[in-house]
Amino acid sequence: MSLLEVRNLTTAFQTGSGEIAAVEDVAFDLNPGEILGIVGESGSGKSVTALTIMGLLPRPPARVAAGSVHFDGEDLTHLSDRRMQHIRGPGIAMVFQEPMTSLNPVFTIGNQIMETIRAHERLPQRALFARAVEMLEKVGIASAARRMADYPHQLSGGQRQRVMLAIALVCRPRVLIADEPTTALDVTIQAQILDLMLDLRDEFGMAIVLITHNMGVIAETADRVIVMYAGRIVEEAPVAALFDNPRHPYTRGLLECVPSLTTERERLIAIPGTLPEPMRRPPGCRFAPRCRFAAPICSESIPALTEQGPGHTAACFRIAELPAV
Amino acid sequence: MAPEAPEAPRQPPWKAHIHRLLHHRLFLLGLGLFLIVAVVALLAPWIAPQDPNKLAMRFKFRPPDGDFIFGTDNFGRSLWSRVVWGARLSMFIGSAVVLINAIAGTAIGAAAGYFRKLDNVLMRVNDALMAFPAVLLAIAVTAVLGPSVNDVIIALGIVYTPRTARIVRSSVIVLREMEYVQAAVAAGAGHWRILRHHILPNAMAPLIVQLSFLFAYAVLTEATLSFLGVGAVPPTPTWGNIMAEGRQYMVDAPWIVAIPGVALMITVLGLNLLGDGLRDVLDPRLRIQS
Repeated sequence: MSLLEVRNLTTAFQTGSGEIAAVEDVAFDLNPGEILGIVGESGSGKSVTALTIMGLLPRPPARVAAGSVHFDGEDLTHLSDRRMQHIRGPGIAMVFQEPMTSLNPVFTIGNQIMETIRAHERLPQRALFARAVEMLEKVGIASAARRMADYPHQLSGGQRQRVMLAIALVCRPRVLIADEPTTALDVTIQAQILDLMLDLRDEFGMAIVLITHNMGVIAETADRVIVMYAGRIVEEAPVAALFDNPRHPYTRGLLECVPSLTTERERLIAIPGTLPEPMRRPPGCRFAPRCRFAAPICSESIPALTEQGPGHTAACFRIAELPAV
Repeated sequence: MAPEAPEAPRQPPWKAHIHRLLHHRLFLLGLGLFLIVAVVALLAPWIAPQDPNKLAMRFKFRPPDGDFIFGTDNFGRSLWSRVVWGARLSMFIGSAVVLINAIAGTAIGAAAGYFRKLDNVLMRVNDALMAFPAVLLAIAVTAVLGPSVNDVIIALGIVYTPRTARIVRSSVIVLREMEYVQAAVAAGAGHWRILRHHILPNAMAPLIVQLSFLFAYAVLTEATLSFLGVGAVPPTPTWGNIMAEGRQYMVDAPWIVAIPGVALMITVLGLNLLGDGLRDVLDPRLRIQS
């Protein structure tokens, strides 16, 4: 059985111009120890999916309009606040994009790590301290015991993201949701943080949902990938299959946007147009207006995900007619 | 290994604040003025042993001299004793009002700012209270409760708590949306833990600044109330009722009005300078560029 089972999840927001679905009909499974990448442009619904799973969206205006999120046999979309508090942390933890603002400026980092443990377990002060230091060492903070007394402003961006990881992991979560954990960091630091996440996955055996818009990050770390566009999953595949044999025109477009050192290509091929706003989504396939291969059928109904290979699905009417990659 | 961050000075923020306050001249002046009044008030039984209410008609209207350093009033009572004991009352009322405000204002402001469902109810009541001029509302409340020191404290608490609540609420609304609050929720922290640990400590700076000004307002409004005769009951000496009684003799015995007036001015000026200094250091964004 999967650790996390998301089924037909639709998250809608109440706005001045009616209810708008930010995420529609999203479904995926996450197995223990697996790293699932979710890619897509800004506004494609990646973060809303993550926040829905965590129950972190303000209700109202947000609401789970349909579907379920099963974790460990419990449907998280119907849990009480109190029960959900116990899931967050030891069950599912989350790391955010902005390490600069994700730490409380008035407390030392040691205090913040210990506070997180204290929210879930009763431990004597000495044990709390020891566990926090141990966690800081695990995330690669040098002279951790001394660093416990540092305030967030005394740390660099990379160090802060390490501290954020320490806070997320200190309760040994079974699932870690990382929402663009490296986007705000320098490229060299990005690689270190990703390596660290892989190491910690191996050590703790947790599953990771890695949200990013960076195809390179996905290629390096994920086992399986979901591509989202305008609130829907358009393709899901094991990472090798996705890069070798992308089926959906949008996935192809995304991959063509990645600069390559090996192929002789003068310019990158950009996808024309922009992501439609949630209230102005086209009927039929969301990607049709920007798609090179669009046919009349594409704007008539929404294509369903169809099997493309082992564990590989894509949602496009014209897959059979697409040129080979 | 991540490159080490450049070594920032290794001291908690509050130490840096204290350091900067000790180099803020106007803050030190304000603190000095306030401390003078506070110390005089604390030491009242020793430095003004004469009963402030003891009548001595044969000494009435004595101007300040060697026997009576602040002179005497129309009943021959020592003005020094009366002003010093008045300072004690002013300080007591000011502290009590600040305490009530700090507790009630923080509780109401935090509840309104953090729990959106409570916001509308609490803030509309707040707005209604704030719509009245402070003195008028205080008179109304003392009229209901009756004039006594405790009732003045309750009245001033009711008058000023909405202002404090509004300031706390606005900080809380901003802080509620901070990423570290979301991160704390994601780590499984409950409402109480988040309020206590992540929101209120960060909302302290504007609150402290507000409370220092509030102390000044409380002292001033208390003086106004007793001047108008709805404060502490005579013969209890307060700066307000000393001035009210001395008003009739202002031409012949100006010291009766002037001395408590100067005492009031020193207190309010001191507290305002103190508050300005705190604001410059704790909440520099609020500073008005002059």
